[in-house]
Amino acid sequence: MSMRIFDGFKFTKLPTPVHQMDPRAKFILVMSIFAICLMFSNLLVLLIVFFAQIPIIASAKSLRRWSVSMKGGALLATLIFVMNFLTGTTLMYSLAMTVKFLALISCFSVFFMTTSPDDLGLALENVGMPFTLVFTFTTAVRLVPTMAVDAQTVIDAQRSRGLELEKGNFLKRIRNYIPILIPLIVSAIRRSIELAEALESRAFGASEKRESLVTLRMKLSDYLTAIVALAFLTLSIYVYFYIRLPSLEFAFKLPSIWPWSYA
Amino acid sequence: MIDVENLCFTYPNGKEVLYNVHLKVQDGEFVALMGENGAGKTTLIRHFNGLLKPTTGRVLVDGIDTKKSSVASLARIVGLVFQNPDHQLFCETVKDEVAFSLKNFGYPEEVVERRVRGILETLDLISYIDSSPFMLSGGERKRVALASVLVWNPKHIVLDEPTIGQDYQQKDRLRNFILQLNTQGKTVIVVTHDIEFIAECKPRVVVLSGGRIVGDGPAVDILTDESLVDKASLVRPQIAKLMSSLSDIELPANVIDLFTARTVLASKLKRAGTCR
Amino acid sequence: MPIIEMRNLTFTYAGAGKPSILGTDIVVEPGEFVVLTGPSGCGKTTVCRCLNGLIPNFYSGEMTGDVKVAGLDIRKTSTMELARYVGFVFQNPENQLFSLSVERDVAFGPENLGLPRDEIRRRVDWAMQVTGLSHLRNMAPYELSGGQQQRAAIAAVLAMKPRLIVLDEPTSFLDPKSAQEILDVISRLNRELKITIFLVEHRLDAVSRHADRVIVMDKGRVVLDGKPSNVYGEEAWLIGIGVPKVTMLFHLLRKDGVSLGSIPITVEDATEELRRKLMS
Repeated sequence: MSMRIFDGFKFTKLPTPVHQMDPRAKFILVMSIFAICLMFSNLLVLLIVFFAQIPIIASAKSLRRWSVSMKGGALLATLIFVMNFLTGTTLMYSLAMTVKFLALISCFSVFFMTTSPDDLGLALENVGMPFTLVFTFTTAVRLVPTMAVDAQTVIDAQRSRGLELEKGNFLKRIRNYIPILIPLIVSAIRRSIELAEALESRAFGASEKRESLVTLRMKLSDYLTAIVALAFLTLSIYVYFYIRLPSLEFAFKLPSIWPWSYA
Repeated sequence: MIDVENLCFTYPNGKEVLYNVHLKVQDGEFVALMGENGAGKTTLIRHFNGLLKPTTGRVLVDGIDTKKSSVASLARIVGLVFQNPDHQLFCETVKDEVAFSLKNFGYPEEVVERRVRGILETLDLISYIDSSPFMLSGGERKRVALASVLVWNPKHIVLDEPTIGQDYQQKDRLRNFILQLNTQGKTVIVVTHDIEFIAECKPRVVVLSGGRIVGDGPAVDILTDESLVDKASLVRPQIAKLMSSLSDIELPANVIDLFTARTVLASKLKRAGTCR
Repeated sequence: MPIIEMRNLTFTYAGAGKPSILGTDIVVEPGEFVVLTGPSGCGKTTVCRCLNGLIPNFYSGEMTGDVKVAGLDIRKTSTMELARYVGFVFQNPENQLFSLSVERDVAFGPENLGLPRDEIRRRVDWAMQVTGLSHLRNMAPYELSGGQQQRAAIAAVLAMKPRLIVLDEPTSFLDPKSAQEILDVISRLNRELKITIFLVEHRLDAVSRHADRVIVMDKGRVVLDGKPSNVYGEEAWLIGIGVPKVTMLFHLLRKDGVSLGSIPITVEDATEELRRKLMS
């Protein structure tokens, strides 16, 4: 399972319209896509939703990293397909579930790639989350790339002492990770202590009320995005209940050899 | 010999870090690798034991092409001591920590026991043999990390920023220890930006800036070259600054260490008739 | 009134066998630039922690003696309260910057103090201007060089308008040029803004020109305290601190029988003195 799947969720600073969108508008957009995905099991609709995200990702200049997370999720996607098909659902349905999975990963991937943890924090504060909690969250997110660098350094240091991670039987390989995990945990603890000292020294928690320097402001484009997203959501709900969709039902399925198969 | 030929390296994320680096380090040399933070020093040394493989060009260690060799096999001849000891300490006792590498390389039990004791004696850590490495002070942990690499007696030793966080006495001991290793015939490469430390050791200095080698020569020549030093975000050693501002009074300009300066000035001043 | 009054302070960390500092007496007047130095383990960091309340609030242990900072007794004042008067800059820039932009990091302290937005804005702009970071305001810390990161940390502390700034080996991870730049910034804070500086540093050659006073500690005690030129002698050398090489040079020349005037602490002073002797 590739670690690269996480690359598709890492925030990078880029001057694109998607990056500059207010996180609240983006959140409404992502949630609408999420809801639409959950609602439908129709392959046609799901394919539309999946491909409709691609121009958004392109305008965020994040296609390459998105494709990396797609590749990383390919294994899981294949698993979903296989599990569905082998337990007796139709080919089309299995494909639909796979596309649903990929569409869901994509929309969250875009969200996290284009929203800085700080902005996310501001949005959460806006909806009333206590600052301490928000800060815990944004610090955790901020520390992920730092810890990744630490992890690589620890691996390098131990390999330089002759540790061979890829050799040995299953049990030995697990034991080989102890020299990686312990320094990593110790480093994380040391880092947390230093952070805590710095926080105390900057009067963290000194005042109950807290005005932040930078505030989120919704622009016209943000309102429009949110309205359009909600409009699509409403349309989808209508379609779901009242319109019969053309079904790509090529009802091919495996003969029911499984005792638990269901149509 | 460590032979770097036309080395270019780009990280997987697209960042180009080394451009056409050409470097030959003979057996038993003492080389200081200097340059600003981000110049590529850390990237370069990771090529010496195969942690990183060249994007183009090649690195030969004692004739072995690092691209065709595993890190574990290269590590036997190139010992790399990382900057932060906390990135490697994980054992319950100092003894286990130092023995770790020997066990990885497959040394028999009696040899392990003997070597571990030997290196701990040499580095003045024998009293801590059964202590937990996590309980030691920063300087002591750094020495344990050093011990854990020296214990398998690699032919070439690379130290990444060994002087950070060390006080004057500790640096003095380190300097003597490095010179001792050199006398034993080991190649020593030190990555550092501690000018005063290097000024007292006077090794060969290789300066890296923006991923390229911009200077390579004896310390007395490199560290007195003002424009070169400035380019690499370094400063000239105190003694060098002093001597260069007095160079118009017939004093040699390329003196960088305390002892030589003292000798030169003492004789000059005595001749000038200012003795008691 | 002195800004730091440490009298007969002894502190043992919880669980430690012996005290880290013993009978320490340090008095600092407002506006001074004090450098604290000494071999590893001499108690420098412990002293610093007593100045902003990390001891006893963050690090517990047994304390005897008194410490008053800006008139406040550290035993009775919280770290939060002391943070209004004392700023602390740590060794590693990475772990004291919290945001994804310099501006927001500098604003962090004033935000915590609950100041109104326009006051925060004023302070942030001013702090960044003093430290020369205004053009970097939207950069993320990981995009900055080590020297710039430390300047951001200093700006972040400055924005809280402290009367005293404590810095614990701030140049450790920096290259020599950046180290010099940081020390210039710190010196400017002292000369122009009259902020008291308490700096722990090993690089005495770089910092001596700015310091009014050097305090040397060894094994938990203060052993030397005075002007740099008075402190940098044989005793300091034997304790093992990094006395500037030009100073050592003059001490050694004296031993060789050469008569020289005053002992210099900077290259410029040394040049002048030697030039005088050699030309005469």
